[in-house]
Amino acid sequence: MTTAPTARENAVGTAHTRVEGRDKVTGAARYAGEIPFADLAHGWLVLSTVARGRIRSIDTADVLAMPGVVAVLHHGNAPRVETGYVGMLGVPDPTSAVFQHDRVPHAGWPVALVVADTSEQAREAAEALVVHYEQEPHDVDFTGEHPDAYPVDSHGPAVIEKGDLEAELAASAVVVDAEYTTPEEHHNPMEPHAATARWDGGRLELVDSNQGTFWVASELAKMFSLDPASVRVRSEHVGGGFGSKGLRAHQVAAVMAATELHRPVRVVMTRRQMFSLAGYRSPTRQRLRLGADADGRLRALEHRSLSATSTVHEFIESAAGPARTMYGADAHHTANRLVRLDVPTPTWMRAPGEAPGSFALESAFDELAEKCGLDPIELRARNDPEAGPVSGLPFSGRNLIACFREGARRFGWADRDPRPGLRREGRLLLGTGTAAASFPAGAGPSTAAVTAEADGTYTVRINAADIGTGARTAMTLVAADALRTAPDQVRVRIGDSDLGPAFIAGGSMGTRSWAWAVTIAAEELRERLALGADIPPEGITVRSDSTEAIGALAQKERHSFGAQFAEVAVDPATGEVRVRRMLGIFAAGRIVNPLTARNQFVGGMTWGISMALHEEAVRDRALGSHYGADLAGYHVAAHADVPAIEADWIDDPDPDDPVGIKGIGEIGIVGAAAAIANAVWHATGVRHRDLPIRPDRVLMAGVRA
Amino acid sequence: MAPAPSSTSSDITLNINGEKHTLPVDHRTTLLDALRERLDLTGTKKGCDQGQCGACTVLLDGRRAVSCLQLAVAAEGREITTIEGLADGDRLHPVQQAFLDLDGYQCGYCTPGQICSAIAVIEEHAAGWPSAVTDDVRPEAGPPPLSPEEIRERMSGNLCRCGAYVSIAQAVARAAEAKTGEAAA
Repeated sequence: MTTAPTARENAVGTAHTRVEGRDKVTGAARYAGEIPFADLAHGWLVLSTVARGRIRSIDTADVLAMPGVVAVLHHGNAPRVETGYVGMLGVPDPTSAVFQHDRVPHAGWPVALVVADTSEQAREAAEALVVHYEQEPHDVDFTGEHPDAYPVDSHGPAVIEKGDLEAELAASAVVVDAEYTTPEEHHNPMEPHAATARWDGGRLELVDSNQGTFWVASELAKMFSLDPASVRVRSEHVGGGFGSKGLRAHQVAAVMAATELHRPVRVVMTRRQMFSLAGYRSPTRQRLRLGADADGRLRALEHRSLSATSTVHEFIESAAGPARTMYGADAHHTANRLVRLDVPTPTWMRAPGEAPGSFALESAFDELAEKCGLDPIELRARNDPEAGPVSGLPFSGRNLIACFREGARRFGWADRDPRPGLRREGRLLLGTGTAAASFPAGAGPSTAAVTAEADGTYTVRINAADIGTGARTAMTLVAADALRTAPDQVRVRIGDSDLGPAFIAGGSMGTRSWAWAVTIAAEELRERLALGADIPPEGITVRSDSTEAIGALAQKERHSFGAQFAEVAVDPATGEVRVRRMLGIFAAGRIVNPLTARNQFVGGMTWGISMALHEEAVRDRALGSHYGADLAGYHVAAHADVPAIEADWIDDPDPDDPVGIKGIGEIGIVGAAAAIANAVWHATGVRHRDLPIRPDRVLMAGVRA
Repeated sequence: MAPAPSSTSSDITLNINGEKHTLPVDHRTTLLDALRERLDLTGTKKGCDQGQCGACTVLLDGRRAVSCLQLAVAAEGREITTIEGLADGDRLHPVQQAFLDLDGYQCGYCTPGQICSAIAVIEEHAAGWPSAVTDDVRPEAGPPPLSPEEIRERMSGNLCRCGAYVSIAQAVARAAEAKTGEAAA
């Protein structure tokens, strides 16, 4: 038969419930640790209790004699793996290449994997395993002086210095000079990292929870020196990622054990283990110096950021990056530096760089507005650049001020009295604050295949990862429009490395990257079908690869933008800060599915509340490990912390993207903590430059009303 | 692999979603692990395994409980309802339907716990139980309106790291309204 175009609405831009929604609300959706395998063995990781040193010996004999225990893997007997390669996202963090040597570079370093028939047996044996260490002095103190800190490039150069900073500061009528800090923060997706490895007919199969199966499969192939075609990684449902679900110790340990034992092995991190194995956001110390004329026009902007990494791998939290996009100044200096400590390696965490960087930059802008006697929105409008402040490149679209105007209208900003400490409700002090948001808009090369089936329906194969973003649904809508059909005629398959290369769910780039490849294939298929070809029983399949199209993109400043607004109530008697309402207005490209997009923006803003008021992982200097590494000790926002949050957007399609998408996964958190901190100042008259704004900090700082 | 009955294991019978399941369990096995690892009822999720996140919430004799802090051997004789037991064939429970319609989730991992908790919240509220944010707790005051603030307070044992709280609370409110409407009709 031939496929005739059916009458339809535009699917993209219309609210659509999730295609896998029914499975998620009935418990039918199976996550990585939930697929049954015959003869499954359970692995339990044993982590170091010292922060630096050497493993002297491991007493495996007693543990091997325990019921059900089948193996103890450690540096003395584990297979050797390759780490001297460059993967899709750079050189691997040796933290994931477990059991290769006797060195311990941080507390919570994997030293052994105990494998047993049941998880109870594995856990008991793992807890009973005695490991002897030669302990060495460690340093986990980020707050001290670090003369050995050094600049590290990431997406951009570590240091960019344009103009004479000291001269412009000296010539400025108004100067803000302040230091801001953000603490160590952890992703804590609700689903702990889990992987089951097995060999099946000469192929390594991994059922995993990750943000990109092709990425993880290619890393494992390189690490274990396997033909890439002999590794398959599946990740059907993923219980959150936020940057933490790439290649990690548990997958490598599971593959090692499955290889040694010739049976399927599952390794699941405990919540406590996630605090040292799953990556985290480094703490930052940031110094801002802003110099402006009396009318608020910037003459000088300096943003210097210090973050930490492990002794084994370089990862930098580039918090000074956003200033290069946001504001122009005659002298514009930004620098990202790194210090090495005896701690785990940090990693990408929702809006890496932008989240902590925007807290400092957007707080400093609020301070500058106060000093200039200007409305904070007006100050930003006066410093809104025509082109990239550092690059000089044109913006692909910069609707920041439009977001502020729309947000101000809806939030009721015009009625705001800028003076702090004036509004009371009983003993509570009320205040409002605002801040700008931005996040890079990018796309990564991907492949897709779209098949016109003989029954008139379509199958889309795109190796996307749905970590909660609604990727499956978004691809269904994108494909339906490109095929000029209805969404219910489209089936989408994702989360399987056998589907081929595709970009990861990361960098707010997933949906755009996948949609690009799907659109190319679907449009070509539609053209072929329009010729009236008969569809054979196996269907007609068109494949695409977006590499060339993405490579042809002109160099521009490509970003999403947004304006955040928050109202808080501060209790001066208890120091408690409560967020009463938030509004975010975003210019973030074409919105594919308004239902899931709104949820994702609001989710990011909820992270902003959490970052501003709750999250803080505290390291014990003496032990080198965390206090309270669990969800009771590490607070994330709960239901009661989250008021009515509204998110909306203005029309802002990307002119250079086939669907008009920019990406929305991260911008919701950017600027949100600053908007809350600025509201706390407005309520109390006191600037809080250290996150989180804990009750004790509010009490100690007092009120300047 | 099932251990043989001994001083450290027992045969038990669990009543789950109206069906009896007899199985040998290691005495250390939590109800959560018995459901997930032994009975293939993986809808109940393990988020922290120490009673701090609520992902493993089930209904025990109609009241919510975190199944990670419950030993399987202690759940004998209780009526256990999990996420798999809520729908009536193809017809979703009104709370499930509201979560689906209003996008009361993102990654879906906390969802079964949120839904079980929400069902209990609506029951607890209807039975007149006050919460920490209830203004008037005198028995004669009757149940307070199930305001957004009441819903948020009562649902606070269920963490959602994706930050879908706003739509979850809306879904709970919608399901509660539907139930009130049903009761009035």
